[in-house]
Amino acid sequence: MDDNAAALLVTDLRKTYGGRTVVDGLSLRVARGTCVGLLGPNGAGKTTTLRLLLGHTRPDAGRIEVLGFSVPEAASQARARLGVVGQSDNLDPDFNVEENLYHYARYYGLDPRALRERFTDLLTFAGLEDRRDAPLRELSGGMRRRLALIRALVHDPVMLFLDEPTTGLDPQARFHLWQRFRQLRREGRTLLLTTHYMEEAERLCDRLVVLDHGRVVAEGSPQELVRRHVEPFVLELPAEAGRDLGLGEERHELRTLHLEETVFVYARARENLESLLSRCPETPARLRPSNLEDVFFALTGHALRD
Amino acid sequence: MTEPRPPFRAHLPHLRRAFAVWRRNTAVWHKLLVPSLLANFGEPLLYLLAFGYGFGALVHRVGGLPYITFLATGIACSSAMNAASFEALYSTYTRMEPQKTWEGIHATPLGIPDIVLGELLWAGTKGLINALAILLVALALGLVAPAGALWALPVLFLSGLCFAALALVATAFARGYDFFTYYFTLVLTPLLLVSGVFFPLASLPQPVRLGARLLPLTHVVSLVRPLLIGQSPPHPLTDLAVLTVYTLLAGAGALVLFVRRFER
Repeated sequence: MDDNAAALLVTDLRKTYGGRTVVDGLSLRVARGTCVGLLGPNGAGKTTTLRLLLGHTRPDAGRIEVLGFSVPEAASQARARLGVVGQSDNLDPDFNVEENLYHYARYYGLDPRALRERFTDLLTFAGLEDRRDAPLRELSGGMRRRLALIRALVHDPVMLFLDEPTTGLDPQARFHLWQRFRQLRREGRTLLLTTHYMEEAERLCDRLVVLDHGRVVAEGSPQELVRRHVEPFVLELPAEAGRDLGLGEERHELRTLHLEETVFVYARARENLESLLSRCPETPARLRPSNLEDVFFALTGHALRD
Repeated sequence: MTEPRPPFRAHLPHLRRAFAVWRRNTAVWHKLLVPSLLANFGEPLLYLLAFGYGFGALVHRVGGLPYITFLATGIACSSAMNAASFEALYSTYTRMEPQKTWEGIHATPLGIPDIVLGELLWAGTKGLINALAILLVALALGLVAPAGALWALPVLFLSGLCFAALALVATAFARGYDFFTYYFTLVLTPLLLVSGVFFPLASLPQPVRLGARLLPLTHVVSLVRPLLIGQSPPHPLTDLAVLTVYTLLAGAGALVLFVRRFER
């Protein structure tokens, strides 16, 4: 398959661990210069998929092509052109901020002594220019993530794998990183992002791929997914208020979803929900347009996955 | 050692890539040079002086040598073994698991075989550095011949690699640090006691003496002790062959085991 416009091409990928199928016929295409988000509940196969894409584990079946290189056979060449920001913090605690960049460049076969200027640019990009010599223990969580990001950029990769890059950060630190991701995307790099934050997916990604049970269950732009998989409006109200409104009865224009102590009532027309609400005006309810979170629940259910 | 054939091909390591890992570890060692060297010199020096002079006053000559010379030449070998083993067990494990340094490196073009070879070369180097520290002390005390010491260096580096490779096999199985205590107690301490470091093999019972010939440290001592006092080793080719075979087999075994550990 010759597809020059694709940065990533995955066909019918399968991986089984001790009889348990983790990736089950996954196919995926990421166009160059786009930002694609991989969504899915815990255990949906996101992490295994990323490990397969990096050539860290072998598929039982299927084809993977990353930047034109067959993986796992040519995984090393593919990784030479990829930047990876992992889920866990694996910065080198034996080194300070700049030394982390310095030694990482060597793994790409670069001479770090010739890269001083690039390191300065990267440190400025990450807002770490004043922390050059700081030991890692003095960095905040957000700074560490930014350092992990620029460490993945020392070799000027054309594509980035970002595995839950903002998990555990405060809103400011997250916003700061989003700006950096957008800039990298504007520079023409391809981004593959996994995240649990729908807001992050909605803001950053051109396309989203929803995984569940190792398969793609939906894909498209955030707007498309909302349009295709859920009704445009939703009323959120406490479960007991729902019973008072007689939601148990069959009403063809409404779809209800029970999630713990909350009922979500979906409708094509806002008026349907307004008329429902008017029958019981003091109910503490929230009427809003549907979003990706609703899509996520609609596609992957709402049982706890851990 | 028979390894079941893995369902994948562990690619051969690239020396240039492995060298990047060696340089990383060297750079960290260099940052902690002073405390590290103090430990390198300190403990063996104390042993050498205490036993050499204390015990030496009682036994005088052992194996045709003043006891302190016998001991210094033995400790040069055992310190290469200990330092390389310690590095390839505790330090390698720390970089591999809690510190996740390997995970970071594995995102780059380096594969697990490259990282393992880098660790092996570094742990071998660490063995050489420690042995060198003993040799410098022994030279300063006038116990060994300078020219012989020079000849002993490549042998001590090979010994470092050999014990590093053996220790890496253990590390590839390790799920925590406790495991390494067994390795020291069950492998390294017996080796230390039956390989002619502290007393000549001739004083051991015949079966133990024969068994000791299969052990790598015996061959290190058999090479290094004569070299250090300016004599030719009695059977250098056999000794070198045994050490090389141990290094290659254990090295290849470690490579396959680590790849299996990481590929799943």
